[in-house]
Amino acid sequence: MTDGPIISIRGLEVAARSRHGMLRPLRGIDLDLPRAATTGLVGESGCGKSMTARALLNITPSPMRITAGSIVLDDGKTPPVDLAALDPDGAPMRAIRGRRLAMIFQEPMTAFSPVHTIGNQIAEMLLIHEKLGKRAAKERSIEMLELVGMPNPRQHFDAHPFKLSGGMRQRAMIAMALACKPDVLVADEPTTALDVTIQAQILELLQRLQQELGMTVLLITHDLGVVARTTRRVAVMYLGEVVEETTTEALFDAPRHPYTQGLLGSVPRLGSRRGKRERLPAMRGSVPPALAELPGCAFHPRCPKAVAGLCDVVKPRMAEVAPGHRARCLLYPEVLAASVALEAA
Amino acid sequence: MWGFVLRRLIWMVPTLIVISVISFIIIQLPPGDYLSSYIARLEALGTTVDQATIDALRLRYGLNDPIWVQYFKWLGNIVFDGNFGYSFEWRLPVSQLIIERLPTTFLVATCSLLFAWSVALPIGIFSAVKQYSLGDYFFTILGFLGLGIPNFMLALTFLYVSNRYFGLSIGGLFSPQYLNAPWSLDKFIDLLSHLWIPVVIVGTAGTAGLIRITRANVLDELRKPYVETARSKGLHPMLLILKYPVRIALNPFVSSMGFILPGMISGEVIVSIVLNLPTTGPLLYAALLSQDTYLAGAFVLMLAVLTVIGVLISDILLAWLDPRIRLS
Repeated sequence: MTDGPIISIRGLEVAARSRHGMLRPLRGIDLDLPRAATTGLVGESGCGKSMTARALLNITPSPMRITAGSIVLDDGKTPPVDLAALDPDGAPMRAIRGRRLAMIFQEPMTAFSPVHTIGNQIAEMLLIHEKLGKRAAKERSIEMLELVGMPNPRQHFDAHPFKLSGGMRQRAMIAMALACKPDVLVADEPTTALDVTIQAQILELLQRLQQELGMTVLLITHDLGVVARTTRRVAVMYLGEVVEETTTEALFDAPRHPYTQGLLGSVPRLGSRRGKRERLPAMRGSVPPALAELPGCAFHPRCPKAVAGLCDVVKPRMAEVAPGHRARCLLYPEVLAASVALEAA
Repeated sequence: MWGFVLRRLIWMVPTLIVISVISFIIIQLPPGDYLSSYIARLEALGTTVDQATIDALRLRYGLNDPIWVQYFKWLGNIVFDGNFGYSFEWRLPVSQLIIERLPTTFLVATCSLLFAWSVALPIGIFSAVKQYSLGDYFFTILGFLGLGIPNFMLALTFLYVSNRYFGLSIGGLFSPQYLNAPWSLDKFIDLLSHLWIPVVIVGTAGTAGLIRITRANVLDELRKPYVETARSKGLHPMLLILKYPVRIALNPFVSSMGFILPGMISGEVIVSIVLNLPTTGPLLYAALLSQDTYLAGAFVLMLAVLTVIGVLISDILLAWLDPRIRLS
């Protein structure tokens, strides 16, 4: 067992040619997932969170494809492998997908096939990756359903997705993703489509399983409350780039990037010292489309602290602004130095 | 599931009664009857028919009875004796006429259906998976050509080519020397050498439409999130497409199958006439032209009954395929 990150993403780019120009949802992601811990990935809609998840499993929707960068998976038991270099449909990638890297999706209703039983879809995972007979796969699937707290797992094995409630469907989805005991679980907004009470249950379940199985989890969400509760480290994304990355406490205590500050500022809080009549500060505008090509910092048009002549000219680089705290904002001398040095080179 | 089937069966009874009434009204709707058109033809040939003969004939065929009496006679004979009446034109029982032609009709129709499906499904799936590829465009163009060329045109071309360049006897399902011969291997081979022409012609038209429908259905399904889920499991892309999107894209197919059964009997009249096929299509056409009341009536009724049965079959198949229908 090594201590390094189990997944390390470097300079990851995903792009596709379109009628209107180059679509670039991911523009050079650098991200490490520490072993056996939960990392959060947050940002507004359209910032590339979900695309990052798909790129991790090498299932970017056509015609999107990985055009640059690397995703190194190092589980400490087998030689490290660069997923970005594998053929998305090839056997080596398919052997990793589902078995060592699994994913759960936002909409447990539509993410299951409506005409197959959930048992069939869970057992399929085992039939693909493990040399199990049908009966053994069924028994293992029922064990998995039990593990995720599905009531009457044996009966629900034969249930169709539309017969289950949203929370039960998400439990089934988790059972399916974990069937082969993957090293890394990517959870793409796993609670967004659920009721608040069910949300808490599912998050609790994910946390418990993460600890029991020693899994690495990448939790993608736009809900900062979820992040605060469940993650050890957090990365904030904006327009296809990671703009801040640090421990969860540091992010909430001392956010460095103006974008993160804006995100945290726009969360309503009960019992805040803010006066009753004061409005909730909302961020201006929204994430530019994946087509946009902005000079300088991608956030400068919306940034309250943008400096004319600097932020709209110099492309900021990621740099350490405090121990274990990286950000991509030119207001910090470390970032400015790194960015100008790179510009000059 | 069985309750569902039983309920549907019981509902068929009133449906069929209503259908029989409507069929009878439809065949009685055109002005005149078989006798008046028969007499008109005789007079055109220069034969004069005296009123006494006409009255005698009217009486014999029951054409003077009120329409509801005629209806109950007709339906009573069908239900209690299996007697569909007598064809004026052919001077044969209607049932005998139709039964003679049913085997060849179903043979041609089944073979063309299988041909159309076995060609259209793989191409449609391919076109959807490789959308906007060279192959997709190629098959799309081919499909529209097949849809655009009238069947009778294709039939005439085939006849010409197969006779001119391959020296095959044209038209019908058998060469003259086998027409009344007992079944033998040679006769079977002769049948096959004739059968492929109508099968390809009738199949081509259906193929084009089926390719488009399959392509559209599969394309819709390919964008669904469950496809992404299946990909994330590491399923082989080919198995994935067959197990998930294609499986669900088949539902609209199955639900349209109810209309295939009546289409088998009435379909492809023009091709059958051009190719001189001994099928039911041309018979129906002739019966309607000559106001051969009972023959036409039997056809209309049979088509309606087949539609009802076809819809029942496709509903049962759909319930079997799609648990959302079966279980909710």
